[in-house]
Amino acid sequence: MSNVTKQHNDSLLRFMTCGSVDDGKSTLIGRLLFDTKTILADTLTQISNTSKKRGMEAVDLSLLTDGLQAEREQGITIDVAYRYFSTGTRKYIIADAPGHEQYTRNMVTAASTANLAIILIDARRGVLTQTRRHSYLAHLVGIQHIVVAVNKMDLVNYDQATYDKICADYLTFANEIGFAQARDIKFLPMSALAGDMLVDRLDNMPWYTGETLLEILESAPAAHTEGDEEFRFPVQFVCRPHASADADLHDFRGFMGRIESGNIAVGDAVTVLPNGYQSKVKAIQIGDEQLRSAQTEQSVTLLLEDEIDTSRGDMIVKTGSSIEPVKQIEAFVCWLSETPLSPARTYVIRHTTRESKAKVGTIAYKVDVNTLEEQATSDLKMNDIARITFKLAQPLMVDSYSANRATGAFIVIDESTNNTVGAGMIV
Amino acid sequence: MLNKEKTNHQPLSHLDWLESEAIYILREVAGQCSNPVLLFSGGKDSLCILRLAEKAFRPGRFPFPLMHIDTGHNYQEVIDFRDQRAAELGERLIVRSVEDSMKRGTVVLKSADESRNKHQSVTLLEAIEEFGFDCCIGGARRDEEKARAKERIMSFRDEFGQWDPKNQRPELWSLYNARSHKGENIRAFPISNWTEMDVWQYIEREKLQLPSIYFAHQRDVVMRSGSIVPVNVPLVNGEVTNPVKAGEEIINMQVRFRTVGDISCTAPVISDADTVSKIVLETATSTITERGATRLDDQTSDASMEQRKKEGYF
Ligand SMILES: Nc1nc2c(ncn2[C@@H]2O[C@H](COP(=O)(O)OP(=O)(O)O)[C@@H](O)[C@H]2O)c(=O)[nH]1
Ligand SMILES: [Mg+2]
Repeated sequence: MSNVTKQHNDSLLRFMTCGSVDDGKSTLIGRLLFDTKTILADTLTQISNTSKKRGMEAVDLSLLTDGLQAEREQGITIDVAYRYFSTGTRKYIIADAPGHEQYTRNMVTAASTANLAIILIDARRGVLTQTRRHSYLAHLVGIQHIVVAVNKMDLVNYDQATYDKICADYLTFANEIGFAQARDIKFLPMSALAGDMLVDRLDNMPWYTGETLLEILESAPAAHTEGDEEFRFPVQFVCRPHASADADLHDFRGFMGRIESGNIAVGDAVTVLPNGYQSKVKAIQIGDEQLRSAQTEQSVTLLLEDEIDTSRGDMIVKTGSSIEPVKQIEAFVCWLSETPLSPARTYVIRHTTRESKAKVGTIAYKVDVNTLEEQATSDLKMNDIARITFKLAQPLMVDSYSANRATGAFIVIDESTNNTVGAGMIV
Repeated sequence: MLNKEKTNHQPLSHLDWLESEAIYILREVAGQCSNPVLLFSGGKDSLCILRLAEKAFRPGRFPFPLMHIDTGHNYQEVIDFRDQRAAELGERLIVRSVEDSMKRGTVVLKSADESRNKHQSVTLLEAIEEFGFDCCIGGARRDEEKARAKERIMSFRDEFGQWDPKNQRPELWSLYNARSHKGENIRAFPISNWTEMDVWQYIEREKLQLPSIYFAHQRDVVMRSGSIVPVNVPLVNGEVTNPVKAGEEIINMQVRFRTVGDISCTAPVISDADTVSKIVLETATSTITERGATRLDDQTSDASMEQRKKEGYF
């Protein structure tokens, strides 16, 4: 079992699927799980029984992902579902977001943690309004790697000309929105139902010599390995075990958090924001393990040379870094709640580990996600996306979302219900 | 530019990534909630979480106590292990038992041998009220069962402990929202993104100790509607549970448990894996899911887990 031991050193990729209803998202995921042998016998028995009960001949692989009672009854997907598979070289987390018009918020949610998006197109229907919407949203939420998968090729006789035309149409539109230059876009023809070009190549499309879907996934850069972002360390929790029986720990003061970007080494000069105190890194630990240096995505404890009064919500950066506390932010906000945004109300914004009360300043415009037109607006309803400024009661330490997905993002919370009602990306 | 650093780092291994994410979630609970508790059963998932909590909070103490909801139908080895582990860590362990709820009359069994697993929710809710906990950290994973695939990392429960799949907070980036009003509750799942395989690989890497029933051992069992059912199991209170029914033949088999829980509803699998690395290999080649093989109570209907979650089960 070399697979098992090999995986220890291997990475993790998070990706999402987007497509309209019936484009084949659930079938694609089911096929990936099936062909990578992730589906185990009892699950297969269960779904084949359900398929039979519904009068279907073949096993319906989409039943693997369509989980909740309500959606099984209605036969639709109503929320983001997470699925897992592993190839022996990589572990994958898939976010399956439904494609209905009214579910922009689900797509944004799924995209927020994904590093790659598979955009499904039905070969019989070509590039549709929905395709534009999905591409725009993937772009907005900062997904760097796009795979345009032309599905249901079996229904167009695996015809190359059909495929080529769809690719050309897509590129025309991607160029129009300035998306093609900014992203890594790959195309592939496939049949999720029959299995062509997912895990196995099969022999229906000898004219296609590019990578299969799995080959694309296996070689895509893992999250956070591409950028050269600056060091950002939002403090989550301060460890002060001074009451402990161990006298050595009396002065221990550890700043606990996850490195959201960049890296840090013992001896580096750091500044703690918003106050601006300066110090040097004395030690870096994970549990009782001592590290010389640490990198993006590691959860660590930092000890500083000087006794500095620091608490949750502060941010440790390298001294000289170009980031300053601000009391106003401008952002693209996707509204997630059935209750519309009210410009008169005060909301809470959560950014990294920090919170601030916030009020809407101005709403510049709303984006029509289908035409990408900017429209004047004074309100914001569920699934709307608008460019908004917020005035803040407390300063936040922000980067632009395009420079840093962790320090450029925030959520809006309605304090009366505690619900998460908005998702923001700072411009 | 002064601080523009080139990060030519290797990406984290998948286990390091999962570990870091779980530590982050535990620290968010500690940072956002005023009175959290970690649900600890002595099972493998909760043992992983204890190790993650050590990495998250040492040299400090855990910012939460541990709590076990005991059905009274647990294997002695697991209960001993639970107590030993809590003592080694020097952390506070709270035990609340379904049998006490039965005495109070808040849990009423339909029959004496009915599974007590689903009644844990009542006792859990009573304990939440007693201590005023605003967040329970649990070891559930999304890969365990279909109804869990859409579960949030921070899952919201109303005043009745109910999970409403249609009324969950959207969860974006790693900006978790664990706010709650008095009486409401958050269930936090730090290992949501782990699979059974990840758990075993982590146990292997971290050299975690486990209760002996996870490893292959000889045990008296019968075959009952296609499952392996342990019989004549001695209980902590001296009673014996799971009697043999008429016409059943006792077989002494080499088995191990893939999950530990209430005796009446947890079935072992045939196995000769007596070390963690053998279990990792066996898991890699397994053809049956963890719950499919071993949780007799989930098989009742396709939607049974979802139903129990709605009623306040973790
Ligand atoms: N012929 C054919 N049918 C497909 C293909 N992919 C999906 N389907 C069918 O299209 C329908 C919708 O698929 P589903 O995966 O549920 O789509 P979703 O709504 O995007 O999740 C189902 O009946 C599938 O069997 C394909 O490649 N070829
Ligand atoms: Mg679907």
